[in-house]
Amino acid sequence: MSTPQEAIAAPKAATGFWKDNLRDYGMLISLVVIVVFFQIATDGVLLKPLNLTNIILQNSYIVIMALGMLMVIVTGHIDLSVGSVAGFVGAVAAMLMVQYSFDFVTASIICLVLGGLIGAIQGFWVAYFKIPSFIVTLAGMLVFRGLMIAVLSGRSIGPFDPTFQRLSSGFIPELISSANGLYLTSFILGLLLAVLLIWQNYKSRARRLSHDVETEPFGFFVGKNIVVFGAIAYVAYLISSHRGMPNVLIIMAALIAAYGFFTNRTIIGRQIYAVGGNARAAELSGIKTTRLVFWTFVNMGVLAALGGLVVAARLNSATPKAGSGFELDVIAACFIGGASAYGGVGKVTGAVIGAFLMGVMNNGMSILGIGIDYQQVIKGLVLLGAVCVDVYNQRR
Amino acid sequence: MLDPVSLPEKPPILEMRGISKSFGAVKALSDVSFTVKEGEIHALVGENGAGKSTLMKVLSGVYPHGSYEGSILYDGEERHFRDINDSEKLGIIIIHQELALIPLMSIAENIFLANAPSRFGVIDRDVRRKRTLELLAKVGLSEAPEVLITDIGVGKQQLVEIAKALSKDVRLLILDEPTASLNETDSAALLELLKEFRDHGITSILISHKLNEISAVADRITVLRDGRTVGTLDCHEGVVEEDEIIRRMVDRDLESRYPKRDPKIGNIIFEVENWSAHHPQHPERKVVKGVSMKVRAGEIVGISGLMGAGRTEFAMSIFGKSWGRDISGTVRVKGEEADVSDVHRAIKSGLAYVTEDRKHLGLILAEDIRKNISLAHLGGVSSRGVIDDISEMKVAQEFRGRMRIRSHNVYQETGKLSGGNQQKVVLSKWLFTDPDILILDEPTRGIDVGAKYEIYTIINELADAGKAVVVISSEMPELIGICDRIMVMHEGEFVGEVAGEQATQENIMRAIMRRKGRQE
Repeated sequence: MSTPQEAIAAPKAATGFWKDNLRDYGMLISLVVIVVFFQIATDGVLLKPLNLTNIILQNSYIVIMALGMLMVIVTGHIDLSVGSVAGFVGAVAAMLMVQYSFDFVTASIICLVLGGLIGAIQGFWVAYFKIPSFIVTLAGMLVFRGLMIAVLSGRSIGPFDPTFQRLSSGFIPELISSANGLYLTSFILGLLLAVLLIWQNYKSRARRLSHDVETEPFGFFVGKNIVVFGAIAYVAYLISSHRGMPNVLIIMAALIAAYGFFTNRTIIGRQIYAVGGNARAAELSGIKTTRLVFWTFVNMGVLAALGGLVVAARLNSATPKAGSGFELDVIAACFIGGASAYGGVGKVTGAVIGAFLMGVMNNGMSILGIGIDYQQVIKGLVLLGAVCVDVYNQRR
Repeated sequence: MLDPVSLPEKPPILEMRGISKSFGAVKALSDVSFTVKEGEIHALVGENGAGKSTLMKVLSGVYPHGSYEGSILYDGEERHFRDINDSEKLGIIIIHQELALIPLMSIAENIFLANAPSRFGVIDRDVRRKRTLELLAKVGLSEAPEVLITDIGVGKQQLVEIAKALSKDVRLLILDEPTASLNETDSAALLELLKEFRDHGITSILISHKLNEISAVADRITVLRDGRTVGTLDCHEGVVEEDEIIRRMVDRDLESRYPKRDPKIGNIIFEVENWSAHHPQHPERKVVKGVSMKVRAGEIVGISGLMGAGRTEFAMSIFGKSWGRDISGTVRVKGEEADVSDVHRAIKSGLAYVTEDRKHLGLILAEDIRKNISLAHLGGVSSRGVIDDISEMKVAQEFRGRMRIRSHNVYQETGKLSGGNQQKVVLSKWLFTDPDILILDEPTRGIDVGAKYEIYTIINELADAGKAVVVISSEMPELIGICDRIMVMHEGEFVGEVAGEQATQENIMRAIMRRKGRQE
């Protein structure tokens, strides 16, 4: 009965490979196109080691928060309060460390717990009282911005202890003496990362093949890995020829890997997508939907707090303006990265690429001397365009 | 009764000639001819995917002139409809399976949604109310025009749709599966209404899977198969047998519509005692009233009843209290009291509930077959909380083969599958949890004849594997065809029980009516 269908299915699956994966690679290709465009337009300033390091430092907190936001969006919700929460937590951190002289480890832990608590409060209203997240977090946005200004009494608090500053402006220690201005430890670390990634890809492909599972064509696999290795090695080289690997990059990479694994491979990750895809069906399949929504908000709170700490450390002070507007960049990163506003769809890699796409555009346009006014216009159009392309592709 | 002699003299109201329509490489219709005479009820039948809906979309202008080949003659003139407004102007009105009513608006507002009677752009509520009352009287609905759509049942909503069609001076009414979600009484009322319309000169095209209804009302029947016209049967030239229609639809003889089986019935493994549940929004309303039932291993027990009898509510309240409040009673599985306080625990106790509403409650339509099948038992394809994608895929492939799910592969989105295949995915999901007790709620709703047969076969296999199977269905012939025992529910109580071999539609209806009589 099924034999004739298998026969039809086989060739279709092979040609369908590109179509099925276009969405994933399309994002990456757009990022590459934009990088190349600004690299040319800025006469090579964009990818100068100093500037590249800056792009990473400037966007680290957006990426960190986008990881949490992605999961909130995947469950079909939104969190508008992240910017205010980040600012508030930064203010509390400054108060603890500068005014009450807490050491930075204790202060950071208190701040992360505080972020989790804030997330829990908002998540409680959203998950258990079924109040639309848009409203709950809009309220949170106002409340925590107000509280932040109250904590700071309207002025900036700083500077921080140098150890805390290193969270975002520090670089990993060099174990081997640098040669020709190249920070070898960082470079080797970057290469190791690239090798690890390729080893992972190879292992998963071998495993699929050994189970006769259809996988990407061999030529494509090799090509993809060469490009991945080349890109990582190149970026590692550029970074290593400035000051080496920033601490925050290590934190970011670890978080991306952890969340990528969590969303893709774990039961809870899968259940989060199910809740966003069809909450009632998920519930009737035995998934505890309310509890999952609650915890995605707790997680968002913790990551917003971490984002707040990174920003505070980078600015070396807590200011009443810190964090304002972050929520928009973070949400935009997720949507540009292919997350669906209706829930159930979105990838960690997409959100990260989305964040860097915005970051590269910000940076490139600033170098070109485009005013903040038109930068906003262009970013808005890019967001709209990216989502339009996505919706169009879905419909086909 | 129409006079058969005078029929040929009437010119056809509609003639579709040589209609072909392709979607990419797929030919949905090839050279279809379809003629409808003025003042008849013309049934259009065929399996899912035979091209019925496509043909109706060509007719109504959803697919505009130029996007298909062939010609449409309406009232003797060739027509080039650009969109649905063009066809509506000439009195061609289509009522889709999924009703297009706005739940939080009133009946009157829905009927006159696009063409409200107005003066200088301001809606004249009095005129609207008066005209609504006239229309409602025509369709036999006694609700007030101010009642919200969400507050009336599906059967009445269907009538509102028809009233809306009448408000547009309908001449040719197209109904796509109008009785799919109606119970027997509401269906009968709807079909009566069509006959009444016929007497008033309104022509109807009826698309339906329910062959008993078609043979009851249709004057002529056109059968489509694989995008081609197989033929047109005239009901006035002798009796048209249902089996004859089926044979033409599927091009193969179904020995019987229900597969044979020798029941191997074991011990009681599922018991419900004194089960009650109240309405979630109206706590004072007791919807399930102290119900008890026992099911043996290997037994298929049907629950029959009218729409609103409380069957789905009964099943869902047992399945992890997913419906209702103030629920009480005990459930025993294999002699031991089972914890069914939430869905997760109910699944652990060995229960599975296959919903009547697979699109909203059964599937994640945007996800693929594989992820839908593993959803209720992710623990079965993972270790220490991490999903093993290969074993997950193998599970999906196994079910795809066993259930004959027709798809390119297990990575196909479930939203793009036909109704029958979607139902098989939902069934696979629940079979993967390896339940002892399966409750199937309307397992063949909106599925074509061939797929129904396959679902029945699966149900039989499950019973033979020693599971207790409970089937809730509004189609009595289906229950009679597959069940060992049928319990009749009415207003939240069991009012009768019929052994499978003695079951007839009459004695099931009698059980309901007897109780109704006693109440009055």
